[in-house]
Amino acid sequence: MAKVLVVTSGKGGVGKTTSSAALGAALAHGGDKVVVIDFDVGLRNLDLVMGAERRVVFDLINVVQGDAKLSQALIRDKRLENLSLLPASQTRDKDALTEEGVARVLNELREKFDWIVCDSPAGIERGATMAMRHADVAVVVTNPEVSSVRDSDRIIGLLDSKTEKAENGDRIEKHLLLTRYDPVRAERGEMLKVEDVLEILSIPLIGIIPESEEVLKASNMGSPVTLNNPSSAPGRAYFDAARRLKGETLEMTIPSDKKGLFGKLFGRRAA
Amino acid sequence: MSLLSFFNRRSSAPVARERLQILLAHERGIVGGQPDLVAKLREEILAVVRRHVMVEHDNVQVKMNRDADISTLEIEVEIPAPVGAR
Ligand SMILES: Nc1ncnc2c1ncn2[C@@H]1O[C@H](COP(=O)(O)OP(=O)(O)O)[C@@H](O)[C@H]1O
Ligand SMILES: [Mg+2]
Repeated sequence: MAKVLVVTSGKGGVGKTTSSAALGAALAHGGDKVVVIDFDVGLRNLDLVMGAERRVVFDLINVVQGDAKLSQALIRDKRLENLSLLPASQTRDKDALTEEGVARVLNELREKFDWIVCDSPAGIERGATMAMRHADVAVVVTNPEVSSVRDSDRIIGLLDSKTEKAENGDRIEKHLLLTRYDPVRAERGEMLKVEDVLEILSIPLIGIIPESEEVLKASNMGSPVTLNNPSSAPGRAYFDAARRLKGETLEMTIPSDKKGLFGKLFGRRAA
Repeated sequence: MSLLSFFNRRSSAPVARERLQILLAHERGIVGGQPDLVAKLREEILAVVRRHVMVEHDNVQVKMNRDADISTLEIEVEIPAPVGAR
């Protein structure tokens, strides 16, 4: 049965788009049929991170408003044929998204895909609530930093009250994805630790993504980090998180980009 | 730089954690929807206690802890030692 997954956070710049692309690609790599939808109307970026920016013709709003068919707007990934992107509009604003229109598009997508990954815009306004509205599962992206944790707490409250599931008395499945984590600084007491964030937010942990230059490299290349460098620290961490989303139980680790002496000496030049 | 300030400088994370716990306890309503509940409880508890003992505003701590299944309300009232004790 298809699952609608929202990647959300409240705060901007914490790694929602990076995570949507990386998790979407990891799930597709495992054989599932996946579509990632950019809900950041007016500020689309998922197309760039996925390397599909020059192939956008129609977008989510065109489909919601009935100006294009879903099949015309979906962009199939060049690397994985079971991965697709539904881009956001760059010119319209979020008010063009209607609740019924979005519901209709999601229902149509449910027939074709196993996972529908919704990349939420920042904030707690209409764009963000629209992205979470019909979700079955939520990944709350949080950085180990006070304002991000506070905003995540706010978003968790919205997931428990403003989603269709919550309104029907069901529980929406919520997972914490801690990103941009630096274990060395956390150990030194300079950054909130995994346990601190978990204790404060009290939702189950789906993964810990370390801070890594591989993320920027991947976005430079227009490729999700799980495809651009699957064996990198964030690559492995996202692959693990994707497996946990599928119900597997894995030991929680924080992968690191350990460089050998050669890597240390010449890593920079190669970057 | 003294040794003490060297250590203090390093551990900002526990401060962050404490600040967040207090702030979020205030921002969370019991079942959503009542964000000022903790503040109200605090004022009313303070008033009740003050009918009998004088306590400072800062000596009443009300914390809301949210867990997956249950939420708990933690009330801590620090009462001054009676005059002449000790
Ligand atoms: N694990 C990470 N390590 C290093 N940089 C990261 C990591 N995750 C995200 N970033 C960077 O943070 C910035 C914001 O990420 P993005 O995914 O666009 O956030 P959002 O969609 O939440 O606004 C980007 O420049 C991205 O490259
Ligand atoms: Mg984004």
